[in-house]
Amino acid sequence: MKTSKYYSFSEKQNPEKSGNIFVNIGKTFKNGDVLTKLSFFIFGIGNIFRGQIIKGLLFLAAEFAFIWYMISFGWSRLLGLRNLGTVTRGWYFDEELGIDVMRENGDNSMLILLFGILTVFVVFAFILLWHSSYSSAYNAQKQKEKGFPLPNFAEDIKLLADAKFHKTLLFIPILGVIAFTIIPLVYMILLAFTNYDRNHQVPANLFTWVGLDNFKTMLGTGSTISKTFWPVLGWTLVWAVFATFLNYIFGIILAMLINKKGIKGKAFFRTLFVLAIAVPQFVSLLVMKNILAEAGPINVILTQLNLIDMPLPFLTNPLWARVSVIIVNLWIGIPYSMLITSGILINIPSDLYEAAILDGASPFIMFRKITFPYVLFVTTPYLITQFIGNINNFNVIYFLTAGNPATLDYYQAGKTDLLVTWLYKLTVNSRDYCFASTIGILVFVICAFISLLTFRNSVSYKNEEAFQ
Amino acid sequence: MISYKKQQKVINSFVYVLLVILGIIWVLPLCWIILTSLRAEPGSYTSYFWPKGYTLNNYIKLLTQDQQFKFSKWFLNTFEVAVVSCIGSTFIVLCVAYVFSRLRFKMRKPIMNIALILGMFPGFMSMIAVYYILKGINLVNKPLVCLTIVYISGAGLTYYIAKGFFDTVPKALDEAAYLDGATKAQTFWRITVPMSKPIIVYTVLTTFMAPWIDYIFPSIICGSNYDSYTVALGMFKMLEREFIGTYYTQFAAGAVLVSIPIAALFISMQKYYVEGVTGGSVKG
Repeated sequence: MKTSKYYSFSEKQNPEKSGNIFVNIGKTFKNGDVLTKLSFFIFGIGNIFRGQIIKGLLFLAAEFAFIWYMISFGWSRLLGLRNLGTVTRGWYFDEELGIDVMRENGDNSMLILLFGILTVFVVFAFILLWHSSYSSAYNAQKQKEKGFPLPNFAEDIKLLADAKFHKTLLFIPILGVIAFTIIPLVYMILLAFTNYDRNHQVPANLFTWVGLDNFKTMLGTGSTISKTFWPVLGWTLVWAVFATFLNYIFGIILAMLINKKGIKGKAFFRTLFVLAIAVPQFVSLLVMKNILAEAGPINVILTQLNLIDMPLPFLTNPLWARVSVIIVNLWIGIPYSMLITSGILINIPSDLYEAAILDGASPFIMFRKITFPYVLFVTTPYLITQFIGNINNFNVIYFLTAGNPATLDYYQAGKTDLLVTWLYKLTVNSRDYCFASTIGILVFVICAFISLLTFRNSVSYKNEEAFQ
Repeated sequence: MISYKKQQKVINSFVYVLLVILGIIWVLPLCWIILTSLRAEPGSYTSYFWPKGYTLNNYIKLLTQDQQFKFSKWFLNTFEVAVVSCIGSTFIVLCVAYVFSRLRFKMRKPIMNIALILGMFPGFMSMIAVYYILKGINLVNKPLVCLTIVYISGAGLTYYIAKGFFDTVPKALDEAAYLDGATKAQTFWRITVPMSKPIIVYTVLTTFMAPWIDYIFPSIICGSNYDSYTVALGMFKMLEREFIGTYYTQFAAGAVLVSIPIAALFISMQKYYVEGVTGGSVKG
C-alpha cells in the first residue's frame, strides 16, 4: 500500500497526460525547469540531480549504448535499407589487374534488410526511452515542487510488483512476440515490395525494392502468376464457404440427433465422434489420403463388389479432388461443430419448443425459427473464426492432396491449393519469397475485411441482449 | 397422445440407425489404421480389409530401429519440447491473460488490438524470417531449442481463452486483497492463480499437445537432420514415395502410439475446449 502512493499521485495529478502526444511533449518542455529540459537531450539528468541516482544513471547508460550502437553499426545499417546492397558476389573485371577477379564477400541483401529492420526497432526503443526519460524527469520535478518525497531505486523496483505490475508481467511475452512474430512479420511484409524471387537468391545475387510491382503482377492479367492467383483465390473462397457452412449445419443436425429426447447413450455417441478429431490431424488426414488413394481400401472394396471397373480418381481428378477434400473436411469438422453446439442446444429454453408444438409447428419450422437462430446467435464469433481458419486451413489440404493434382496452367500450384498452401510451396519449394509475402498480405487483407464486415453485421454485435 | 408417442418411437429408432451408421463411418478409418498397425504382411495397400496375419512386430521394429527412422528418438524429442514449452507457455499465457483481464493501463487496448491484427496474418508466412533470426543467434543447429523458443514466444498471442476465464473470476476478491494491503503481484500469485486450476490445466494440455501435431514449423527448422525430428515430421517422411512400401505398417503403429495419449488428453478436456471457443457462454 505504502509504495503505490507515489505512482497514484503522479498519475492522477498530471492532467497534461491526456490528449495529443505532441501537445503533451510541447507542454512538458514548456513547463519543465532547466533539468527537465536538459533531460530531453541528456537522459536521466533530471533524475540524477533530484536524488534518483541509479535510475538516472541507467537512463544515461542506455543513451550512450544507443549512440555507440548507431555510430558503429546502426547508421550504416539504416542506410543499407535504401537499396539493399550494391556489391554482387562473383566474377568481375578488375581494371588495375586487367583480369577477372572473384569477389568472395559481396553484399547480402537479405541480411541487410534484416539488420536494417532490427535497427529501426532499436530506434523505436530509443524513442520510447526518450519519452520515459523526460516524463520521469518531469514527474520528479512536479513531486519535488509539491513537497513529496521521491521514491528511491528500491521503491521504484517495488512498484513493479504493484502499480506497474502489468509491465513486469508483459515484459517477457512482449519481448518474445516482438522477436519471433513482429520482426519476422515486418521482414516478410517488406519482402513483398522487393524482387526476392528464385532469380534473385542471396548470397550470389542481390535483390532490391520494386515498389508495388509484385501486387501488380499478382492482381493484374497476363502473367502466369496472376493466372494462378485468381483461380486459387476463387477456390479458396469456395472451399472456405463449403467447409465452414456445411460443417456447421451438419454439426448442428448431428448434435440435435444425439441430444434428441429419448435417445440413450448420448455420452457414448458423442465420444465416438470426438474420437475422430482427438486423433492428431496429420495422422487422421494421412490415413484418409491412403484410404482414398487409387489402390486404397475404398477403391479395392468397390472393385471387388464389381461396382466399378476403374479406380475412382478421388484425389487425382481436379473436380473429384476438390469434392473429396470438402467431404473429408466434413469428417473432421462435423464433430467440432457438434461439440460446440451440443452445449448450446441444451441451453435453449424448452418452453419455446413446447409452445411451438402446441401451435402445431413442424420439426423443420422449429429448427428454422428456434434452434438455428439461437445457435447462430451464440456461435457467430465462432463461425467467423472458423471461416478465417478455413481460408488458412493448411493441414487439410496439405496432408490430403498436397495441393495436387498439379497443373501446368498454374505457377507452382495445384488444383486444390489454397492461397496458404501455395504460399508454403512458394516459400519452401521455389523460394519465390516476394510472391509468398504478397500472398500473405492479400490473405491478411481478405481476413481482416471479412471479419470486420461480418462482425459488424452480426446479431450478437448489433443486438447483444437478443437472447438474454 | 398415443399416436404421438408411437410416432416418436419410430423416429427415435430411425435416429438410432442413422447414428450407428454415422458412427461407423467416423470410426472406420481409425479401426483401419489399428488393423494396419497389427498387420503381418508389409506394403502400403492390400486388396482386402482384414489382415491375413496379426503381429506386434511393427511396434517392436518401430521402437527399436535406429538407422533412419528413429521413432523412439523422435518421440522423446517431441516429449522434451512439449514439456518445456508447455511450462513456459502456460506461464506466459497466464501472465498475459491476467494483465488484460484485471489490470488497467494506458496501452491495454492498443496492445490487444495489435495482438488481434497479428493473428490475422497467415501464421507461417514469417517462418522463413524466424529461421534466419534463429540462424543469426546461432541456434539452427539445435532445432529442438528453436522449436521450444518459438512455441513459447508465440504463446503471448493465445491468451483469449484464459482471459475469458479470468473475466469470470469475481473482481471483489482482488479488491478485498488490496484492502488487506496486498500488492498486485501478491494478489496474482496467492488469490488468482490458486483459483485458476481449470484454466491452468487447459493451457498446460493444449500447449503440451501443440508440438505433437505441428508439422509446418519443424519442417522448416529441422531440414534433413533426422536426429532432431519431431514425430509429426518424421512420420510424414515415412510416407514419402521411396519409403511408403516398406514402412507403411510401421507408420500405422506409430500413428496409434501417438494418437492414444493425444486423443486421451483431448477427450479429457473437451469441456474446456467448448467453453473456450464459445467464450464461456455455454454453461451446459
